[in-house]
Amino acid sequence: MELGSYSDQSKSTFSLADEDHTLANAVRFTLNQDPRVTFCGYSIPHPSDNRVNIRVQTTGDPAREVLKDACQDLMLMCQHVRSTFDKSVNDFKMSKTVKDMDIK
Amino acid sequence: MSSSEDESMSEVDEQEEQEKKTKSEGSVLDYIMSLESVPSKLPPHLDLMRTRVFCNNDAPDHTETIQYSGAYAALGVDNSIRLDKFCRNFKVQVNRLTEDDIEFDMMGIDPALANAFRRILIAEVPTMAIERVYIANNTSVIQDEVLSHRLGLIPIKADPRLFEYPENAGNDKNEKNTIVFKLHVQCEKGHPRITVKSNELKWLPDGSELPAEDVKPNSGSKPRTFTSFSCSQDSLPEFSTNPIAPKNLDIILAKLGPGQEIELETHAVKGIGKTHAKWSPVATAWYRMLPEVVLLKEVKDELAEELKNKCPVGVFDIEDIEKGRRRATVANPRACTLCRECIRGGKEWEDRVSLRRVKDHFIFNVESTGSLPPEVLFTEAVKILEEKCERVITELS
Repeated sequence: MELGSYSDQSKSTFSLADEDHTLANAVRFTLNQDPRVTFCGYSIPHPSDNRVNIRVQTTGDPAREVLKDACQDLMLMCQHVRSTFDKSVNDFKMSKTVKDMDIK
Repeated sequence: MSSSEDESMSEVDEQEEQEKKTKSEGSVLDYIMSLESVPSKLPPHLDLMRTRVFCNNDAPDHTETIQYSGAYAALGVDNSIRLDKFCRNFKVQVNRLTEDDIEFDMMGIDPALANAFRRILIAEVPTMAIERVYIANNTSVIQDEVLSHRLGLIPIKADPRLFEYPENAGNDKNEKNTIVFKLHVQCEKGHPRITVKSNELKWLPDGSELPAEDVKPNSGSKPRTFTSFSCSQDSLPEFSTNPIAPKNLDIILAKLGPGQEIELETHAVKGIGKTHAKWSPVATAWYRMLPEVVLLKEVKDELAEELKNKCPVGVFDIEDIEKGRRRATVANPRACTLCRECIRGGKEWEDRVSLRRVKDHFIFNVESTGSLPPEVLFTEAVKILEEKCERVITELS
């Protein structure tokens, strides 16, 4: 759900249901990395509400697109983390089997 | 002053760069960053504050991470982590991997992401856990609800990826969302007390055996049970070779005196740790930042000996230099627990030793409860974060 104005799309608050610090803090990090962002932050209005509000203000681009790009970046980062992690786990398993063979 | 001119120049560049970035991605930015007047690095003292936490005697300093891309714009330094830069710097190094725990180093990642992975591991990676208990008979001293709670906490060795959430199937309990176990133990009169352990839980691949309604005498048809399995779970290829059972077979559930009996049936379903901790797939998932111990001055002879003895975990070592003199060295900084014993004892010690933590280097530990191997748990956690992003993107478009 987006709360903003029609005349100025560069400032918006996005209210995400069923999310918490896990996503909001990570998205805030990727938003901060975007040079188009002048301000971003998030809040959880009430601890028993399953909801976060993410505020995005930009230099001119629509806040919606900037947030979408930030999520896209985060997703690509995650994919890279996953492939790197899988690779080093495989490397570790391989080196371990080689070592075991040396002992025998 | 030429240096101040450089700075003002670079500020203009920064603005231009932002305007142009929307038109043509990358190339202009890279060109500007390659200009000689743009310093590519921060001054060393600022860089140290950016990348290290200083653990001083009274309190840690520079603990925040500087995330804002334009934080050093006035110096002409770009603080943004673009994807290619992230991919270049990110590294993973596995230190230990056993059946149920893993320790690995993650380098070049922001705490926001590392913490997201940790939070997801604890609260959002699904597992199977006992959710419903149908007690036919319980004459033991342990109450029904306490026994049910104990049953719920037993880790079950079943891959949750092969099951569906019960909400997806309405209230239908079928072979895709329910695992049924039976427990029937009796301590006969005249026998000594017996201990009921989790190995008594027997998997029922054909579903529930308890009748859900009163059985009419002499009715030929099979009575309706609590589940409606369309096929037996052990006929499925995933489980035929690898039967479902509790992960640990020596968990004590109850103790029975002579003449006491427990007869019950339990249904395990898929869930996440956010709903109840019994669904949490990890015993622990935690990280710490890499400790860095730096000797600011040479510490020699008796002082070196004193420093070595100050440290309770053996971070320091002594090496011999020429003519019988000795010098302290940092041999094992990873062992540092940041007790700060080495910088206690006056200002002079604080000037000799600097304790720091590397902000973007995490030593990650994941200890699985057994439903999935720890390395799979981590990749599942990363996948869940990806799904969250995808959800937001589809909601926004």
